[in-house]
Amino acid sequence: MSTVAAAAPIEHIDEHGNLLAPKLPKRPTRVGAVPSKATGTTILVITGIVFIIPLLAMVLFSLRVVGSKTAFTFDHYTAIFQPANELTYDGLFQGLVNSLGICAITVGIVLVLLLPTMLLVELRYPQLRRLLEFVCIIPITIPSIVLVVGFVPVYQVVSQIFGSYPWTLAFAIGVIVLPYAFRPIAANLAGVEVGILSEAGRSLGANWAQVLWRVILPNLRRGILSACFITIAVVLGEFTIASFASQNTFQTALLLLQQTDPYVGVIFALAALVFTFVILLIIGRFARDRKAS
Amino acid sequence: MTNTTTKATAVATPMIQREGATVDLRNVVKDYAGHRALTGVNLSIAPGEFVALLGPSGCGKTTVLRALSGLETISEGRILIDGQDVAHVPVNKRDIGMVFQAYSLFPHMTVLQNVEFGLQMRKVDAASRKARSVEALEMVGLGHLGKRYAHQLSGGQQQRVALARALVTRPRVLLLDEPLSALDAKVRVQLRDEIRRIQTDLGITTLFVTHDQEEALAVADRVAVMREGNVEQIGTPEDLYTKPATSFVATFVGLSNSVDGVLAGPTVTALGATFPLLGTGPADGPVTVYIRPEDISLATTGLAATVVASSFLGSLRRTQVRLDDGTLLFVQHDVRTRPETGEIVHLTFNGQPVAASTRAEA
Repeated sequence: MSTVAAAAPIEHIDEHGNLLAPKLPKRPTRVGAVPSKATGTTILVITGIVFIIPLLAMVLFSLRVVGSKTAFTFDHYTAIFQPANELTYDGLFQGLVNSLGICAITVGIVLVLLLPTMLLVELRYPQLRRLLEFVCIIPITIPSIVLVVGFVPVYQVVSQIFGSYPWTLAFAIGVIVLPYAFRPIAANLAGVEVGILSEAGRSLGANWAQVLWRVILPNLRRGILSACFITIAVVLGEFTIASFASQNTFQTALLLLQQTDPYVGVIFALAALVFTFVILLIIGRFARDRKAS
Repeated sequence: MTNTTTKATAVATPMIQREGATVDLRNVVKDYAGHRALTGVNLSIAPGEFVALLGPSGCGKTTVLRALSGLETISEGRILIDGQDVAHVPVNKRDIGMVFQAYSLFPHMTVLQNVEFGLQMRKVDAASRKARSVEALEMVGLGHLGKRYAHQLSGGQQQRVALARALVTRPRVLLLDEPLSALDAKVRVQLRDEIRRIQTDLGITTLFVTHDQEEALAVADRVAVMREGNVEQIGTPEDLYTKPATSFVATFVGLSNSVDGVLAGPTVTALGATFPLLGTGPADGPVTVYIRPEDISLATTGLAATVVASSFLGSLRRTQVRLDDGTLLFVQHDVRTRPETGEIVHLTFNGQPVAASTRAEA
């Protein structure tokens, strides 16, 4: 109920003494109101142009014939798959494989460490919810370069134990993705009465594992998938840690390739952007589904 | 509604029916950090009996229910179901059915899948599972909504499904944790009556937690009134109303006028009238007397009072009056008598026995 009284309509009488419909005072434009369709379209078009122009420029660049500004060819694309160039692009493909491996391990960390912790806090220690959120949000407030400086001595120990392999970066990147993975799961948890559902499940004869698998996880599917997709997007975009740890990942390999073959470098950069874009679209789709249900 | 109910009763009873179990809570104590929520609860429920736990917020009634279900561990005491001590048996092994205050249907499952869940956990084969679930849904009048999801149901329908889900496993005890409190008044009464009908049909031992005394008095065989972590009195609704054992019960169950009086043997004197004492009272001397509003009548002569307010309650009217000494009393009377505010009326007492407690207790 509004506490602000609406302005009373002003009554009008015409020259014949008839009561006219009251003229309502002009309603002021509300701050934060949904913009008109025209305004929305304009904003969308301008934003679209800002994003599209660099991408178009990249596409055009990747199609350009070396030494010409007007001739275009698919040669740079086909060259990627030619056996003769295998050695040239081997580092990049290896970097891609390494990054996908790091993605898998980082997603594993999210699923095996973060998710159970969040569920445990939600079900057993709700008083720790704020603390967990604080801990998970911290990495976003610290610049990557600062984290890297901190990670260097840690990785000296890590490399002694596991050896100096790219996949060990997953431990550091697992920290960096915490805020991004935490948020969608937390949002999903907030919308599901996990405590009540688990009690209902247990009262119906399910043990904890069954409650988790049959009741809780299906209801957190959207949040978990979103967390995984965002994790993959963050891992594929991570450069600083890999560079400072002197590991070959997709991003570091891309930088090296850019210096020797800028055309193919741009092609892979475009592919990475499209991949990330598709992931974000999928997340958006899940978010819409959640709202609809 | 009536049709559905009648039809449902006819089909549902045979497969779900099960004899009720006895429930015994003996000196049950529950301590939370620095706080004793239950202070030694003793409660016995006979097979097939419907007992309501009634009490104000924070009195421990939900804790009793959760302790019986196994959702809460107890600090001391014993919980016996059919003579078996289940105090250390986990909730999923206690064979109880529970309906929660909040809507607790699994959102990712259809209504039918929700009802089948408990049977799946008990490894019942698919054919029996489906047959029993459909039957349980028909019992609550929702056989046609098996394919819907929880968000496509009203609150009342969700609680009916929750009831079917709790009963389909043929539990030894049915626990109802304020299942009607989130529903609107009309649906609440309908579902309340339906719960009672189904409980009577199935003969299942039932413990029903509520803070709504009308609900408790309407459906339960016996009502246990709780206060500060213990059962203050347990008895039939009539007993609680007409023979309250303590001042708390007298004032909590129904409306009572608390007035000063003097007890002398089997009679109490208050407001210039003499009343027989209900049950065993405190020692002779000054007491607080509890007189029900329906035991006071408006008359042409008697104790003079001024009308303060009068409320129309449908089939009756309740009028608040002030005596010359400032004492406020509620009088319940015929709806056709409409006293005006400020009007001088006269009161008589119909001489029904009254409860009394020492004045300090009040």
